[in-house]
Amino acid sequence: MKLMHTLLAAAALTAVLGGSAYAKTLVYCSEASPANFDPATTTGGNDLDASSRTVFNRLVEFKHGSTEIEPGLAESWDVSADGLTYTFHLRKGVKFQTTDYFTPTRDFNADDVLWSFNRQNDPTSPWAKYTETTSYDYFQGMDMPKFTKEWKKVDDYTVQLILTEPNSPMLANLGMDFASIFSAEYAAQLEKSGNLTDMSNKPVGTGPFQFVDYQLDSAIRFKANPDYWKGKEKIDDLIFAITPDATTRAQKVQAGECDVMAYPNPADVGMLKADANLNVMEQAGLNVGYMSYNTTLAPLDNADVRHALNMAIDRDSLIKALFQDAGAVKAENLIPPTMWSWNKDVKTDAYDPAKAAEILKAHNVTAIQLWASDRVRPYNPNFARAAELIQADWAKVGVTATITQMEWTPYREAGKKPDRPGAFQIGWSGDNGDPDNFFATLFACSAIGVSNYSSWCNPAFEKDIQDAKGTADMAKRTALYEDAQAIFAKEAPAFLLAHSQVYFVANKKVTGIVQDPLGMHRFDGTDVAE
Amino acid sequence: MLRFILNRLALIVPTLIGITICAFGFVRVLPGDPILALAGQHGVTAARYEELKVQFGFDKPLWEQYFRYIGNILHGDFGQSISTHSPVIGEFLKLFPATLELSLCAVIFAIVLGIPIGIIAAARRGTWIDQGLMGTALVGYSMPIFWWGLLLVILFSTTLHWTPVSGRIDLQYFFKPVTGLMLIDSLLSGQKGAFQSALSHLILPTIVLGTIPLAVIARQTRSAMLEVMGEDYVRTARAKGLRQFRVVGIHALRNALIPVVTTIGLQVGVLLGGAILTESIFSWPGIGKWMVDSIYKRDYPVVQTGLLVIALIVMAVNLIVDVLYAVINPRIRVH
Repeated sequence: MKLMHTLLAAAALTAVLGGSAYAKTLVYCSEASPANFDPATTTGGNDLDASSRTVFNRLVEFKHGSTEIEPGLAESWDVSADGLTYTFHLRKGVKFQTTDYFTPTRDFNADDVLWSFNRQNDPTSPWAKYTETTSYDYFQGMDMPKFTKEWKKVDDYTVQLILTEPNSPMLANLGMDFASIFSAEYAAQLEKSGNLTDMSNKPVGTGPFQFVDYQLDSAIRFKANPDYWKGKEKIDDLIFAITPDATTRAQKVQAGECDVMAYPNPADVGMLKADANLNVMEQAGLNVGYMSYNTTLAPLDNADVRHALNMAIDRDSLIKALFQDAGAVKAENLIPPTMWSWNKDVKTDAYDPAKAAEILKAHNVTAIQLWASDRVRPYNPNFARAAELIQADWAKVGVTATITQMEWTPYREAGKKPDRPGAFQIGWSGDNGDPDNFFATLFACSAIGVSNYSSWCNPAFEKDIQDAKGTADMAKRTALYEDAQAIFAKEAPAFLLAHSQVYFVANKKVTGIVQDPLGMHRFDGTDVAE
Repeated sequence: MLRFILNRLALIVPTLIGITICAFGFVRVLPGDPILALAGQHGVTAARYEELKVQFGFDKPLWEQYFRYIGNILHGDFGQSISTHSPVIGEFLKLFPATLELSLCAVIFAIVLGIPIGIIAAARRGTWIDQGLMGTALVGYSMPIFWWGLLLVILFSTTLHWTPVSGRIDLQYFFKPVTGLMLIDSLLSGQKGAFQSALSHLILPTIVLGTIPLAVIARQTRSAMLEVMGEDYVRTARAKGLRQFRVVGIHALRNALIPVVTTIGLQVGVLLGGAILTESIFSWPGIGKWMVDSIYKRDYPVVQTGLLVIALIVMAVNLIVDVLYAVINPRIRVH
């Protein structure tokens, strides 16, 4: 009997220990604490990694590692001939996550889709300002209120999006994080209990992982969603170890305290590549660093002057000094070469200081204001250093640049003012892989005062990009964007710097991890070797 | 004694009012505002900006915003973080134990090593031991925290693998905080190895944060000891034939400790300042890191409340030190 007890105890102990030993955990060293877990109200990549890309799904999804759209919660869709009606056929049998704060009683259906979009567009909804500071910035930023006429429920598994005017990038927009689908049933539960703020800190979605716990500024814990419609993930637990310092992240991944890390310092890339245990993935980022000239103020209202200033900058040396070992691709166009419609025939101004000096002298250009910020951006790791090097190049052609340096937030505020003088360094990281997201967001006439830092409004360019937005014909769109790039090169509203190389570092025991061109950090499909 | 304490407490009120004005004013003097900080790379249109300004209450005159802030504080409402939407005081209470634990360990480290070093240096005045200890203390005092922290991490964590790189505990341990102090919570959790893990995570941050106070305490102890060792009563004690240990350890040390206690109290402000850097190096989830992030985000309620509560803590510690000083040195109560 005693022996039996001992054997049973040993068996139980083995089962417990065995159970924990087989729980596969992936630790990701993330770069910052999330603002909250409601992806419709946040804009930071770190916020969205911890919510949209782990807990939620969308009607359409970006294919893992690409900017192509694939079915998500919508199994298929049709677009009407006039481009105004999108009909989505919803996936059946999709379950929302069961957590200790919510137990769904029904599967995902059309009501969830309507709720997810309408709450962002209805100022009378209790969700419009469910916390003191709620604002749906991405929904607004992508002009959704302007383009959306109505979301219509046809039946439980069919919804229609009716547009006010044709908008080709709409499908790509619906793959973005702000378009994540929430449970209307969970929202009703929160409304009933009066705990609306739980929507931002206790998320419920249909995604691959479900939320377990967040220790402020320290760690976020997720576990695999057992009911995930694509099947349960191979890893059991996913932990975000919040590690804001890039050097510390690199040290942690080298010490094996993290399996994956985001955003290494350019200076650490060589060291990480040399580590035999690590897999350093890299690709040309879907981004662009540039310097906007205010095209409405003299002398920068003259395209010849802008070209001359571009010609005076030794771009190769500048890129080498800024990006070092991490590397970057010289920008010939506003969009990166990996994006469809990139015009290979367009070349930006070549380095020619002698010609530049001649033109600038002829136009009597001797002084210019040059802007720099303190922030490290993927498309420009050091604005201040760039400003100094550009200043030195311009000095060689007889132009004295006065550098104005500011902290990031007031910097952008000052930069976007239509009467801001001089040359303003800025850049962009693509949201959805559509060229419209670069051209219209950064240089449309309507973006002046918001994100068109050149205050540039060119009728021919504007016509191209608006026509491209209004047609679904890919060949036509490509031709229009190619033409827009030629106009951009001719008018030179900005000095184009580079598309930076983006890195993602993982321990070699992690398999199935894919670097994402949109800069997302996704862990669906990953596995960790024992 | 009671009058002494009341006098000190009365001084706190105007100081507090001054601090609320500074906390409210400083963050608003910074260019930029939370709306733009939150907007992301798309920015906001002018119309939307005005709308959000009204929603956040930033359209009101500054004095009105200030009085509303004070009114709310008096009602116990410290506001909601603009970026996380959570009550600020709740976030503070979640993070403060981490800073408290680290600061306490650093103070203990500084006292336990600093006082004996000061005593030894004083007792061996002028010898190579004295010069060596004080030279090292000077180096410690001048050490830039960020550089010192990185150096220790490279040596002990990434090269020798003796200590973890950052964080408060290995992520394999998961339990709900009870006290917020990881050493205690890890013991309470009953999970095997959790306490050792928490302790090993504390070693480097404690050394980094405790280095400057350690140097200050060692130097202060040495100079205080030297002062009292020249006093008549110490000479008398020696003349009585007491052993060196009793002369130094009992007669001299007790009196020398009076200024050292004040020094330790003053180090609280230094520790909270140092915690900001130390927490950044070691990804230590405390209030230092929280405050810095909030300044970048122009999260007014967090910065205001953080500054106010930190100032309150420093004042409370100074008050305790004043009282303690009065207890161990009765002469002070007369003045």
